[in-house]
Amino acid sequence: MFTETMLESIKKVEATRAARMGTEPRRMTAEEKSELLKAYHPDYRAEGFKEIKIGPNKGEKAPVELTNLLHSNSRLLGVNVDLTKIDYDVDVLVIGGGGAGAAAAIEAHEAGANVMVVTKLRIGDANTMMAEGGIQAADKENDSPAQHYLDAFGGGHFAARPELLRRLVMEAPDAIRWLNELGVMFDKDEDGRMVTTHGGGTSRKRMHACKDYSGAEIMRTVRDEVINRKIPVVEFTSAVELLKDEKGQAAGAVLLNMETGDYLVARAKTVIIATGGAGRLHYQNFPTSNHYGATADGLILGYRAGAPLLYQDTIQYHPTGVAYPSQIFGALVTEKVRSLGAMLVNKDGEAYAHPLETRDVSASAIIRECDSGKGVDTPLGSGVWLDTPMIELLHGEGTIEKRIPAMLRMYLNYGIDMRKVPILVYPTLHYQNGGLEIGGEGFTKAIPNLLVAGEAVGGIHGRNRLMGNSLLDIIVFGRNAGKAAAKKAKEVELGTPNLDHIYAYAEMLKEAGCAEAGVSPLLLPKYARHER
Amino acid sequence: MENMVNVYFYGKRYVVPAELTIMTAMEYAGYTLSRGCGCRHGFCGACATIYRIKGSNELKTCLACQTQVQEGMYVASIPFFPTDKRTYSMDEIKADQRVMMELYPEIYACIGCNACTKACTQSLNVMQYIAYAQRGELEKCAEESFDCVGCGCCSVRCPAGISHPMVGLLARRLTGKYIAPKSEHLYARVAEINAGAHDDLIEAVMQKPISELQELYNHRDIEK
Repeated sequence: MFTETMLESIKKVEATRAARMGTEPRRMTAEEKSELLKAYHPDYRAEGFKEIKIGPNKGEKAPVELTNLLHSNSRLLGVNVDLTKIDYDVDVLVIGGGGAGAAAAIEAHEAGANVMVVTKLRIGDANTMMAEGGIQAADKENDSPAQHYLDAFGGGHFAARPELLRRLVMEAPDAIRWLNELGVMFDKDEDGRMVTTHGGGTSRKRMHACKDYSGAEIMRTVRDEVINRKIPVVEFTSAVELLKDEKGQAAGAVLLNMETGDYLVARAKTVIIATGGAGRLHYQNFPTSNHYGATADGLILGYRAGAPLLYQDTIQYHPTGVAYPSQIFGALVTEKVRSLGAMLVNKDGEAYAHPLETRDVSASAIIRECDSGKGVDTPLGSGVWLDTPMIELLHGEGTIEKRIPAMLRMYLNYGIDMRKVPILVYPTLHYQNGGLEIGGEGFTKAIPNLLVAGEAVGGIHGRNRLMGNSLLDIIVFGRNAGKAAAKKAKEVELGTPNLDHIYAYAEMLKEAGCAEAGVSPLLLPKYARHER
Repeated sequence: MENMVNVYFYGKRYVVPAELTIMTAMEYAGYTLSRGCGCRHGFCGACATIYRIKGSNELKTCLACQTQVQEGMYVASIPFFPTDKRTYSMDEIKADQRVMMELYPEIYACIGCNACTKACTQSLNVMQYIAYAQRGELEKCAEESFDCVGCGCCSVRCPAGISHPMVGLLARRLTGKYIAPKSEHLYARVAEINAGAHDDLIEAVMQKPISELQELYNHRDIEK
């Protein structure tokens, strides 16, 4: 399966393994990290960004692909959608069927609200499902929410919104309790103690996991709970524009049936945007670990309606995406592989950095190795080794099958046995650190009754996110948004829904002379090849 | 020229590069997928697919995103299958032997053909976990079914009409909630936080100037 060059390099990795086993590579100093990021992190590549010309973040930068969507008009412009014909009339409309959306729906339902979920694919087709490594919470004796705060705040370059980060860490143990009581099977020892490990940048072992199906186990459980509660879930139906009333409040959304092309109207007293990330926009041509629908739709909807973005110029590249084989290029290799002891090694067999630096630092170091000729050539680029056989040597035979079965299976499909040979990795577009700005209660500050939860939020993590804090934030902020939306819905007096803002937006685009030809949100990536 | 192969999507022939997966081959052929495509990395089960290689009579099942195309592959996707999920309240059901009998009685109609196991895209021992469920061995059923992605290929092939993924899911939720030992340290921490015991600690950190936080962060001790 491997090329000749790869096989030769593997020999070097094997030759240094014994000597590396007893050592721990030095962690970088703050200055070294800062220099490395500036030199190699994709966020510092000017050509990957473009100025936003209109709206609340006018004058700021965003990835080119996102700016182009922000500079595009609504697909409803000039389309006659009869807004007086209401297809769905609810208290709480949840847009997005991932972990945040499902958690919000459950809590809104628990609070007695009439809630529905719309999602452009199926409920559970979301990045949550693909999160492998785990979820953080400071619930061990040697740990505390304050320690968790420090790790996350520092790891995010001290840019997180303190009120949001406080909620994240303080409500983390209760999020785990909630999930556990819903029936999520966390890895525990025979006494019930959670099996916890490190993630990049953690100072305590607080990564809870469900083997390496952590997100899948959480998602399938909360999805099942949504279904058991008979909460309406309208699948293959995307929200293509928010509705506002004459008071400027969120009033629902116009929906698109993805299969028939028909538009529908959902009226709602409160709206929760839980649409997730943007990996499928392939910023700077990176592959992505994200699901098929990760196209930043919620950011576009919210921004067009007048809600500001925060940290839209900071993207997380997960250090270890699959570099080889090509069939799974860009797929996630969970950080847990490194938590379990596998080192990152260049083509000469040298462990060039500590394996558990924060993700931005780790990714930058891989790019540095590859750019300076110390990577291993692959058909689609290059990569460095993740020395997986170390895991079995450190923790005993069978550890890989027990702790990271999804990884083992993914590689075995292509004839690579990671228990015996190392695997090749390169950074993959993984997470949108930025998103729509919210206050502590989950509401946007600009549009009354509009809430945001999950990856579509900006500011929880600052400018980099630690492993295990995203599965955590979708639960913490999803639950809070559901509760807050249900409560708020009781006092909302809704006016008449309209789409005036999309016309005002079109006018702004015209004035700024920056309108792109296409429409947004994108909804699905354009992967179909129509060449002859 | 790339190495190309002939594949047949719903019976129609397309010539595609041999290194593609079924999913990317469909896109290469010009399909825009909405059904039958989810995470694209083998976790969500959206792309259940059935295929036969020309000249063979064996029907195989797979995930389109995790399977490379082959010459003479006849492919049909199964983007939806009417599995039969029962609804229940987790607070009202119990982790006992009767629960499966009440919610999924059809598992006792299993004829032992093992078609489910052969169809599993995750190579799980599906018939075995159904057997555990029959015997009320919920924890074993949960473990054995843990890697299930819910693609439904097992149910497609089952002559007894069993919705295997739903049985595994119920067993896992019961195991997680009722059978696995309780995490005392978790409940202790939740109680501390609810009692306000961490309020001052977190406030103290939040009130520090950034320069002091940087100092603290850069020199914090890291658990071995």
